[in-house]
Amino acid sequence: MTVRSQQGSIRRRLFIQLAAIAALLSILLFLVVRGLAGSAAEATQDGILAASATSIADALRAEGGSVTLDLPYSALSMLGSVNQDRVFYSVVAEGETLTGYSDLPEPRPLPTLSSNTFQTFDYRGEEVRMVSVTRSVSTGVEPVNVLISVAQTREGLAAVTQRITTFATAAGVGFFLVATALSLWAAQTALAPVNAMASAVTRRGPADLRPLTTEAPTELQPVVEALNSFIARLRASLQRSEDLIVEAAHRVRTPLATVRAKAEVTHRKLQKPEHRQTMREMIRAIDESSRSAGQLLDHAMVTFRSDHLEPENLELSEILRETISRLEPTAELKDVGIECNYPAAPVPFRGDWLLLQSAMVNILDNAIKYSPEDSSVHVELTNGESIRISVTDQGRGFGETDLNSLKSRFTRGSNVSDIVGSGLGLTIADDVARAHGGYLEITSNQKGQGACVSLVFSPQ
Amino acid sequence: MRFACILAAIGTVLLSGVSLAQGFEIEERVVYDATQGDAEIQVLSTADRAVFEPILLAFQAENPSITIDYTIASTREVMKAVEGGDAQFDLIISSAMDLQTKLANDGFAQTHRSDATLQMPDWARWRDQIFAFTQEPAVLIVSKSAFPNGNVPTSREALIALLRDEPERFLGRVGTYDVRTSGFGYLMATQDARMSESFWRLLEVMGRLEPRLYCCSGAMIQDIRSGKLALAYNVLGSYAAGELARTGGFEIVVMEDFANVMLRTALIASNAKNVDEAKIMIDFLVSLDSRPDLIEASGLPALDADQLAENAALRPIRLGPGLLVFLDRLKRQSFLRSWEASITQN
Ligand SMILES: Nc1ncnc2c1ncn2[C@@H]1O[C@H](COP(=O)(O)OP(=O)(O)O)[C@@H](O)[C@H]1O
Ligand SMILES: [Mg+2]
Repeated sequence: MTVRSQQGSIRRRLFIQLAAIAALLSILLFLVVRGLAGSAAEATQDGILAASATSIADALRAEGGSVTLDLPYSALSMLGSVNQDRVFYSVVAEGETLTGYSDLPEPRPLPTLSSNTFQTFDYRGEEVRMVSVTRSVSTGVEPVNVLISVAQTREGLAAVTQRITTFATAAGVGFFLVATALSLWAAQTALAPVNAMASAVTRRGPADLRPLTTEAPTELQPVVEALNSFIARLRASLQRSEDLIVEAAHRVRTPLATVRAKAEVTHRKLQKPEHRQTMREMIRAIDESSRSAGQLLDHAMVTFRSDHLEPENLELSEILRETISRLEPTAELKDVGIECNYPAAPVPFRGDWLLLQSAMVNILDNAIKYSPEDSSVHVELTNGESIRISVTDQGRGFGETDLNSLKSRFTRGSNVSDIVGSGLGLTIADDVARAHGGYLEITSNQKGQGACVSLVFSPQ
Repeated sequence: MRFACILAAIGTVLLSGVSLAQGFEIEERVVYDATQGDAEIQVLSTADRAVFEPILLAFQAENPSITIDYTIASTREVMKAVEGGDAQFDLIISSAMDLQTKLANDGFAQTHRSDATLQMPDWARWRDQIFAFTQEPAVLIVSKSAFPNGNVPTSREALIALLRDEPERFLGRVGTYDVRTSGFGYLMATQDARMSESFWRLLEVMGRLEPRLYCCSGAMIQDIRSGKLALAYNVLGSYAAGELARTGGFEIVVMEDFANVMLRTALIASNAKNVDEAKIMIDFLVSLDSRPDLIEASGLPALDADQLAENAALRPIRLGPGLLVFLDRLKRQSFLRSWEASITQN
């Protein structure tokens, strides 16, 4: 079952938020860099223009009662050394152009002795930046106000601005990419404990109900606590039902034993064959019931021990031998012979003796139970590519039954309604096989009628 | 075969020394008819036909579909023609770097960028509008007969000392440009003045020797050869080299303190009709260094950054707004006044 996430993923939300912040900061960075650098570039152009105009102003002098100018070479050449922009200038004394471009517009506002005027406008088909300074030149009679303007096109500035924009864009994009990668990483890291916790829970076996001990950050502490308290409640509730089953099985088995003993005594006393027959059937039913109760107990035991498997070094032939000897009386009652095949060498195995024996008992018990009188059950232990304990009988087989379903609890075949059973035997065997890293194989007898049920383990 | 074709392509000299109705004076106009196709380019140039014809013919050999209409005028008339706006030309070729710069600065030139122009050194172009294709130093030429034992001065200081120490030897036998009439002379003189204080002292010394003033390099060389002049200052080196190869009799001195190098430049007029052809010709001109045959035939030395690197005294005149300074009306007035005061002392 998967949980539908209606709230979306925290990680994605975190990432998108961080990325959005990064984008915002990138744009801010872009604007700041371009703004600052752009105005710095403009200030540089203004500075050079002002220096040029000032050097022209400094070269003004009076000669024969009128103003004249010896245009310094550097005044214009300094502009050319920075970029290749077009240069215009004019020197105007009392409204009359002394020299330069007479069509340069008059600056607005007019500059004063203490402040220059900077202006941007279109001139001769191109945008120009113009600085104007004013000087008063004394000619002996009356000081003459001279207006000096120097203008320059802005292609160099545009190129610089373009470069800055490219740089700022690169910086912005770079910053955004780095910040986004970091956000991704941050989101990932921030949520790593959650994932760690989730996978710690997921990795657990189905019956592992120990409290969670993963180190969790403060924010996840409540979640861990809630989860642990839930696990504790679940474990208590499971324990209760398990206890109930065990208790119930116990309670049923003990009186059944009493009833069986009494029925045995009664059976011996009875004379009439039909009465004795009825009593025998009763005893058989009692046996079956007590076996079912035993299997319930076994199942509970297997579940518990599988979860806390404490493997020891064992020898499989020995377990098998002992199991067979335990079931021999039952087989003899039905005149069923058990043939065994062991390998010459011992088969060492790490596992739980009780569990393995319980699995073998259940399989062998089925074989005897579903065998006709006077037949034989073949048990074989092989140690090759895999370790295999197979039990083959000559009984009725599985008929039409779906073989896989037989491993589920309380599931019985469709062709065994005449024989009492609980449907737990193969479940137990399967649980044990899987607890030991193996599996239970259910097939038909390859050499004729009957079933073949095998425990298969990988060799150790 | 091809040569014959080219000869056949040369059209007639239409006009010579005639004033056009357009308001500026031309010296000569030649049309080189295309052998195929009907493309055209109109060139206004200060370069003599004799100098430039090999280049034009080579250009036409590469571009046989372009008819070249080549008009020759003086630097001032070229300026007038373009600034007046009533003349229609595609390409303006001039040795007056200052005037070319002013044309570009005032918006009379078009921008052109191509593989060929982008390969040029930075100092050889301005705004991608003015393209230099020759480098021609201003030199001192001395008559061999006046310096029989050698001992030719190789710096301005040495020249000043020589003229000052032996005035009777050089009285009336020193020549230079009359900067009032010659654009090239004015450019060289102003650059000299900019570069070194020694220029004014040199003028002073020359002024005392009753110098002869000339309109053009040719006349100066002529008088050197005839022995009228012992030395001439600021002669166009490429021209002198050509004459020397032809006739001999004098010596060319590239000053070792510094020698201004004039760059002959071309620009595409802003009102050009045949812009594509003009661009092709610019690319052709700026690759002149790859055509030693044309350098030989025209006597125009192509751009050669290696030569400049070898001889640090060679200073190419820097293109750019600095050249506008000496075109300033007041600046020119005051410069000419100083020049006159120095050179005409008697
Ligand atoms: N040896 C066998 N021969 C035929 N059917 C068998 C054999 N072993 C198991 N089965 C089938 O598998 C079912 C499940 O077996 P099990 O879990 O042991 O339950 P049961 O208590 O019925 O024996 C049986 O009901 C039977 O249908
Ligand atoms: Mg069974």
